[in-house]
Amino acid sequence: MSCWETIADYGLRSLGIGERLLPRSDFTLCQQVVLIGSGMIWNIYFGVLALVTGFALATAVAVGKAQSNPLIRKPSEWFIFLFRGSPLFIQFFFAYFAFLSLKSAYPFFDPFTSAWLGATIVLFLNTAAYSGEIFYGALLSVPKGDTEAADAYGFSGWRKFRRITWPTMLRLAWPAYTNEAIFLFHATALVFVSGFPARQQKGDALYYASYFADKTFNPFVPYPILAGYFILLTLVVISIFGVVNRRLNRHLPQERRTRPRFRAATLMR
Amino acid sequence: MKLHLATAAAALTLAASAVSAQDVIRMGTEGAYPPYNFINDAGEVDGFEIELGNELCARAELECEWVTNEWDSIIPNLVSSNYDTIMAGMSITDERDEVIDFTQDYYPPTESAYVAASEDADWETGVVAAQATTIQAAHVAEGDAALLEFATPEETVAAVRNGEADAVFADYDFLKPVVESSGGELVFVGEPVPLGGGIGMGLRESDAELKDTFDEAITAMKEDGTLNEMLVKWFGDEIGQY
Amino acid sequence: MMPACTDPDALEGLAWLACYLTTGKHMAFYTSFGTVLLLLAITAPAALAFGFGGAVMARSRIAPVSWIGRTYIAIVRGVPDIAFFLFFVIALDQAFEWLRHQAKCPDWDQPIRQGNDFVVCAEAKLPLSTAPQWVHETYGFALAVLTFAIVFGAFAANVLYGAMRAVPRAQIETAEAYGMTERQTFRRILVPQMWVYALPGLSNLWMVLIKATPLLFLLGVRDIVYWARELGGTKTPQFTDYPHGDWRMWYFLALLVFYLAFTKVSEVVLARIMARLTKGQATAGGEAQRKAAA
Repeated sequence: MSCWETIADYGLRSLGIGERLLPRSDFTLCQQVVLIGSGMIWNIYFGVLALVTGFALATAVAVGKAQSNPLIRKPSEWFIFLFRGSPLFIQFFFAYFAFLSLKSAYPFFDPFTSAWLGATIVLFLNTAAYSGEIFYGALLSVPKGDTEAADAYGFSGWRKFRRITWPTMLRLAWPAYTNEAIFLFHATALVFVSGFPARQQKGDALYYASYFADKTFNPFVPYPILAGYFILLTLVVISIFGVVNRRLNRHLPQERRTRPRFRAATLMR
Repeated sequence: MKLHLATAAAALTLAASAVSAQDVIRMGTEGAYPPYNFINDAGEVDGFEIELGNELCARAELECEWVTNEWDSIIPNLVSSNYDTIMAGMSITDERDEVIDFTQDYYPPTESAYVAASEDADWETGVVAAQATTIQAAHVAEGDAALLEFATPEETVAAVRNGEADAVFADYDFLKPVVESSGGELVFVGEPVPLGGGIGMGLRESDAELKDTFDEAITAMKEDGTLNEMLVKWFGDEIGQY
Repeated sequence: MMPACTDPDALEGLAWLACYLTTGKHMAFYTSFGTVLLLLAITAPAALAFGFGGAVMARSRIAPVSWIGRTYIAIVRGVPDIAFFLFFVIALDQAFEWLRHQAKCPDWDQPIRQGNDFVVCAEAKLPLSTAPQWVHETYGFALAVLTFAIVFGAFAANVLYGAMRAVPRAQIETAEAYGMTERQTFRRILVPQMWVYALPGLSNLWMVLIKATPLLFLLGVRDIVYWARELGGTKTPQFTDYPHGDWRMWYFLALLVFYLAFTKVSEVVLARIMARLTKGQATAGGEAQRKAAA
């Protein structure tokens, strides 16, 4: 079987399209590369969805934590503490458990025990907490001059936040947020390791990598392939975030643009 | 501090390494698959395979020590010489036999069975849970049922209890005590499926001598009936005997 | 085990629970908390050392050295730690044994790779197969520490690299003006000052490290997650004196509390260290402290 046929058969196997049965003997390098790559679809799906939805909640939580009203501040603080203070591993376990009990009471929760929804929710909450803390830190570092200038221009309330505070916060938080995005994509590899079961051998990249490691009894081929895919993914994430970063900083004079770079390190999760 | 002392002592042992005492045979097991092997209340490995392994070592006059390892990496760690044998309820299959060697079986060819929460559960085309990367998972994947894979055997049974799966497919002898102690909540459904070629002790292919030693001991135990006694002790009277 | 626990079937309520919670298996569970703390205590400085080395290499003016440092940071940071753990420990173990084999058994005539097998001479085995069990366990633990240190060292290197660049240029220039050599500037000016910039990043890293410890069981160390899963699983009466249903939730709840408490304590301690480090530094934080004191 040529490698092209393998791609046709297994390229979308992780979504249930193509060959129904996984290869069972005479494993080729091509099969491993294709199937592990197919599993990456799920890692990207989890990562992108959690990142996009988590961004909105993170902003809300960060603003909430910066409020003086304890009714808003306390829940935000607790949310961040709970999700930043416990291992993702344990969060997956409890989420699966909770969704199971909810499911037995309300049919609405039926899809929640599937990884595509349940794990996405956990990752969404997790990244919202981590990014929320990063944004909160950035919110506190927004230069006083910026907000004073906004006041002077007659900006207030929502407009001031939308036009002045928020963009500055993002600019300050961006390098650390990039790191968070990298961590989030890495965390997607944990989905099928703990808690959520794989249905009909549709799993993420790590699922297929461990399938091959188990079948060939040789961990030194599939896991480095997996590592290679993740390095590529990390590079893509870094470059996309780099483009956004340049956009966020485009109004600054050239020599100041490099300034926030050190924050990349300091605010890393 | 204790560990520092320990490391220092280890360094000393290494330095004096040439003194070759009787080699200790390290026996790898999983410790999570009763009654084959499990961790008892005292926190030590226990079970059919532990008792058998100790007896085999005694007969072969070898000094043996038990090591537990995750199921997923149990073969890679054997071939990289982190222990010398595997006794972990491992069925003799062609795929495994290509990579490691097996002694003759010390447990007759196994049957796997379906367990469900009710007699009329759909184990043929419904959702069937199995432990990931086992021969049972491979069997379900080939059939018409939708396979649901969990990392541990515990979770596969839990999936039936909480309704995530219609049935669980696993070794009959693993399921039997589970069904018996469930008080009627769980029942066997369908016919048992013969899978695998019996359970044997796994060894490195380069360890032919050790394999012969254990093979001899197993033959002896089969002949004098001690293996049968042990099988009945751990698996009950219905168990196939030699 | 307490003498009163000889017949658990006859016990009820609290007495049963007391006996149950003091079985040898539970003792192993409690000890594993110590294992995790010990791992953290050794790994943190080790990772810092790797990080320092990586950062210094990445800064080097000698191109190949800088290249090695950067590659180390980029590659290890790019790979999920779990993927790394799944093959790296075996690779590390084989690498050590191979080196020892080369040194100790020069006249070994058989190949090391025999088909699938990796076989070195008996003297090169790590640990020796004659070594007692605790040596094997210590060795396994040491490998886990090393793996953690290499992974988190890459992240620490990234933080320290950033922190070294953050030390104000004027500080370095002043040192040069005083006639300090490059080495002196590095040791007396750059390194002491970089910590205040590195600490927020390092404390975050510490938090991540704490939360990565559940992966220990993948490295073959019997850690708290291993025991929680083992103890919490359904126990049938045939194999234990203390049969019970699926209690994993309670054990995982205990782990959750442990991790939350540990994180909280760490946050408090790190905040204090930060306050101390900030003292007298030319940063916004230092300025705020001065104002508060005045």
